[in-house]
This record gives sequence, C-alpha cells and structure tokens, in this order.
Amino acid sequence: MSHLAYLIPGWILLVGVYGIVTSRNLVHAVVCLSVAQSATYVLLLVIGYRRHATAPVFSDIKPTGDVVDPIVQALTLTDIVVGATVTALLLALTVQVAKRRGTVDPDRLRSLEP
Amino acid sequence: MILQIAVGLPFLVATLLAGTGRWLPRVAVDALATLTVAVLIVLLSLVLASGGTTVWLGGWREGVGIPLVASPLTLGLTLTIAVVALAALIVSWRYFAEVQAIFHALMLLFTGAMCAFVLTEDLFDAFVFFELMSVVAYALTGYKSEEPDTVHGALNFGIVNSLGAYFTLSGIALVYARTGQLGFAAIGKSLREDDALVTLAFALICTGFLVKAAAVPFHFWLADAHAVAPTPVCMLFSGVMVELGVFGVLRTYVLSFSRAIPAADVRTALLVFGSAAALLGGVMCVLQRHIKRLLAYSTISHVGLLLVGVGLLDEAALSGAATYFLGHVGVKAALFSGAGLLLNRYETVDEHDLHGRGRSMPVTGTIFLLGGLGLAGLPPYGTWAGKAVMEEAGGVWLTALAVVASALTAGAVLRVWLRVFLGAGPSRSDSGDHEEAETRFKLSRLPWTMVAPGVVLVLGGLLLGLLPGHVIGRAVASYAHLEGPVPTPWTPAGVLSGLLAVAFAFGVAVLGLRGYAPRVALLHRLHSGHIGDYVAWLMAGVTVFGLLLIAR
Repeated sequence: MSHLAYLIPGWILLVGVYGIVTSRNLVHAVVCLSVAQSATYVLLLVIGYRRHATAPVFSDIKPTGDVVDPIVQALTLTDIVVGATVTALLLALTVQVAKRRGTVDPDRLRSLEP
Repeated sequence: MILQIAVGLPFLVATLLAGTGRWLPRVAVDALATLTVAVLIVLLSLVLASGGTTVWLGGWREGVGIPLVASPLTLGLTLTIAVVALAALIVSWRYFAEVQAIFHALMLLFTGAMCAFVLTEDLFDAFVFFELMSVVAYALTGYKSEEPDTVHGALNFGIVNSLGAYFTLSGIALVYARTGQLGFAAIGKSLREDDALVTLAFALICTGFLVKAAAVPFHFWLADAHAVAPTPVCMLFSGVMVELGVFGVLRTYVLSFSRAIPAADVRTALLVFGSAAALLGGVMCVLQRHIKRLLAYSTISHVGLLLVGVGLLDEAALSGAATYFLGHVGVKAALFSGAGLLLNRYETVDEHDLHGRGRSMPVTGTIFLLGGLGLAGLPPYGTWAGKAVMEEAGGVWLTALAVVASALTAGAVLRVWLRVFLGAGPSRSDSGDHEEAETRFKLSRLPWTMVAPGVVLVLGGLLLGLLPGHVIGRAVASYAHLEGPVPTPWTPAGVLSGLLAVAFAFGVAVLGLRGYAPRVALLHRLHSGHIGDYVAWLMAGVTVFGLLLIAR
C-alpha cells in the first residue's frame, strides 16, 4: 500500500477541525466533528488493506488468497457506534441550546466566563 | 471471577434502572444505586485482599486476548473511584428534590466505565471505555437541560473531549499498524525503536488523555463543564475523572512506549504542559467569584501539578504523585459538596452575593476551611505528603512551582471562607444573577446525608499524610516496575515548604479581600466559551506537544 494513502485520513481530519474552528452554526460544528471522526475510519481501513485480498469471511467458503485484516474492521464498527452516540447526544444538546439561547451561532452565545 | 463481576455489575444495574426506574419509587432507586456501589467496593476489596490478579477474558491468552489487570495500583484507583461515587450518591439522596432514575443509571454507568478504563490493559478497550465515560459525562453535565449555560457547557465539553479521543484513536491505529498488537504490554514488547511513526503515535494517543487531564491549552472545557454540572457529579469529575487522563498518559508511556522513546524526551513535554496548567489554573482560580468555577480552575492547577509529578518519570516522584492524587480527591470532593450545600441554601454560589451569609452554617464553613488548608498543603494532609515527596525528587524549581500553585488556589478558597463564612471584607453584591437551586426547595436544616460525606472525605484527605508512605509507594513501584527506596515526606524542607504555602495562601486570601486583583482582562477573553477557539487551541497544543517530543 502506498504511503500516500495515509495522507487521506490526515487531510479529512484537518478539514473537520477547520470546519469546527470556523463554524457559524453548532449543527455544522457537530457534523464537522463527525467528519473529523471519519478520518479514523479511513485510517483503520487503510491499515488493514492488502492488495488483491478478499473479505475476511471464513464461514462457508475457504479463502484462497490473502484476506484483509478483520481486526481493524471490528475496530471501525465499534468506532462508528461510538460516533453515532456522540453525534446524537451533541445534536440533542444543540437543540437545547437553540431553545434556551435562541441562537446556534457560537459567535453570538454569551461567554461562560463571568 | 470476582473481578469480572465487579466490572459488569454497575453496567447491569444501570441498564436495569434505565429500563424499570420510572415505575420504582425514589427510595428504591436511591437504595439500589447506593447498594450497587457499596457491593462494588466490597468486591474490589476482596480482590485487593487476595493480592490482585490478571484475568484473560474469554480464556484467550496473550496475543489475541484482552486482559483485565488487578494490581495494587489499579485496584487502589478503582476503589477511590467507587468511594467517591458512593459519597456522591449519598449526597444526592436529599440533594435533588426531583430526580429521575436515569440520573442514577448514568452515575452507575459513569462509575463502571471509569473502573473498566483503569482495569483493562488493552489499548482499544481502554479507548472504548474512555469514550463511554466521556459520553456519560456529557449527559450528566447537561442533566439540568433547562438552563442555557448548562447545555452550552456540556456541548463545549463534548466537542473538545470527543475530538481529543479521535486523536487518541488515530494514534492507536498507527501503533497497531506498526506492531499488530493492541495490548499495552504486548505493544511494549514489540516496540523497541524510536522513529517518526512511533513518536507521532505516542503524541496522538497522549492528546486525548491530556485533554481529559485539562493540561493547558486543552483545559478550556473543564471550567465550563464543572461550573454547570450538578454538584454531586462535580465531585466525581474533579476528584477522579480528570486525573484518569494523567493515569492514561502514565500507563501508555510506562507499559507501551518506555522502551522505544527515551524518558528525557517525554519528560520535557509533560513538564511543560503540567507546569503551564499549574500556573494558569492558579491565576484563573484567584480571578473567579463563582465558587464552582473557582474550584474547577483549582482542579486544573492541581492536576497540572500531578502531571508534573508523573512527568518526572521517577519512582519517588511517582509515589508522591499517587499520594497527592488521593489527598486531592478527598479535599476537592469535599469542597464541591460544600459548594452544593451553599447552592442548596442560598440558590447562588456567587462569592459576593453570599457575603457573610454562611455564618449560620458552621459545618459547611469548616469544610471550606479544612479544604482550603488541604489545597495549600498543610502537614499532614495527603496533598502535602505527596507534594513534599515530589518536590524532593524534582528540585528547587518544582518546589517553587508547587508553592505558587497551592498558594494561589488555596488562597482563593480561603478568601471564600473568610468572606462567606466570617463576613470579612466589604460587601459588594451586584450580580443579582440567581441560579435555579438544584434542590428546588429549601430544607429547613441540612440533612446529615448531605453534610457527612464532605466531612468524612476532607478528614480522610487530612489523615492520609499520617499513613506510612510505603503502602502507596509499593503499589506504584510494582506497577511501574521501578525499584528504589520509598521516600518520606517528613523532612525539614518538606514541612517548611508546606507551611510556606499555607502562609502565602493566607496572604493571597487577605489581598483578595482587600480588592487587589491582577488586571488580566486578556485571560478572561481567552476563556471565551467559543467552541471554535477551544478547538484551535487544541490543535496548537497537539503541535507544541509533538514538537517538544522531537526536540532533543
């Protein structure tokens, strides 16, 4: 696997972080956090990739050649579950911010430092 | 088998409570949650009494298996977590007039996740439990979701901590790419050489833990979250959750990276980040008038000091850091419970609004006085014993840092004590900003269940320094595979620096009462509550941490 592939997750992570830093809307910020997290999915899958290898299914067919690493796929699945929980919770909190503060623009939220 | 039951029990009861809690009477919910944590303490003590054990889950041995490691150190940590959770649950019996069973379920999940994070010795498992504990913490912070500040604080907490955790996961992925292993010890066996990838992986893994440990500049979320979270939850946050970040860094380095990356490189990075947190936390602490926010900044400062103690990567300093951690847990959890008592009685935790109004609450006043002295590090507090040992290992600069940080944070707490409970200084109540009391109705007199945990915890922190240091020292030494004599804090220099810090703390308190405040509007502006700013600081922090690791 070419090392260039490892630049893709780095790029996705930076795009997500840039989105949060410049965000004008909390929903957008939460989604950008998910984008940043997608970088970890891609990174894990890149690590497990083998050229010309098949899926790691061993139940009824016997794989003849190489298979890709099943561990990183399990890690990615767990990671997706974690991500879904975080996104759902943060979006619920955003709804509450919108209700109580009347805005979802981080620039217009009052500072918490008195 | 006992260990597996201890790990599973809180999750099981939490699920049960979340499902059936709405039909159960409040008393049953309280009793079930408290009983569960009490049983957890008994189970963990049983394992400790039997000398600890390592369990390979599902019978899979090393190579593919996931170990649960119960050593004296991890058991000591989990027992501390469980004891603070018990105290927080007892406080919340009468603290909340109305509370749903989901609160108890979340508290149990939180406790269980923290214990599992400590016990598991698999890097990816540790990440999963780390995330579980974080997500439950966001939900607990935003529990009073009708308050605008609360949801805002919880959201900042959530975004910054989740981003940190994703950095950790990227680092774990890189380590797996290099070694094909996920167990801490297994990684340690295969990682022997330092190169760019290994350093990058270490920096990424540490980022998530340092965000949790609120090292500067990753600390912004902590004050926002602590100021708004329900007070019993703050006891757990400040007492143990934040410190688990430091434990994460220690474990990652000692078990997995100590052969590959020279200690000298890691030491510089950790000392810089820890010292910055100790100083900035102390200064911000003095500037606050909202008592919970003030205590939050003192946590940043003290955990910074803890990170310095751990970052010395020296056996003596490490046993000092462990003592310091235990002493800080008692003192800080007690102080938060004291803040909860004030909030209950007067519906505000603004220092100026409360001027002189605490005269009728002698026990709460005593908690604040004893807590303030504990933060300053008066002998024989655990904070003092730990600090004295760390100072001896670190040298003069660390003594100066520790004295300044403890004097600032303790000075702020003692100022609150003088102003609120003795009515000292001029009265300038001007905010008129009342918080909704978490209790909803004023109790005619404070029930013992709300007062006793704080008193017991602060006395525990006070008497800890009398405990012979070798108990804690040996637990740490066996974990870190370090050999060496366990130092005693009872040296002339140690006692002197403790007394000096207390004297300075009273100086800071009196100056604060007279209205002297440093003019640092810039610092207030930096802590803006703006999520974009916080994330930008996080990226700057990651970059600096990485640069410090490679600067030789």
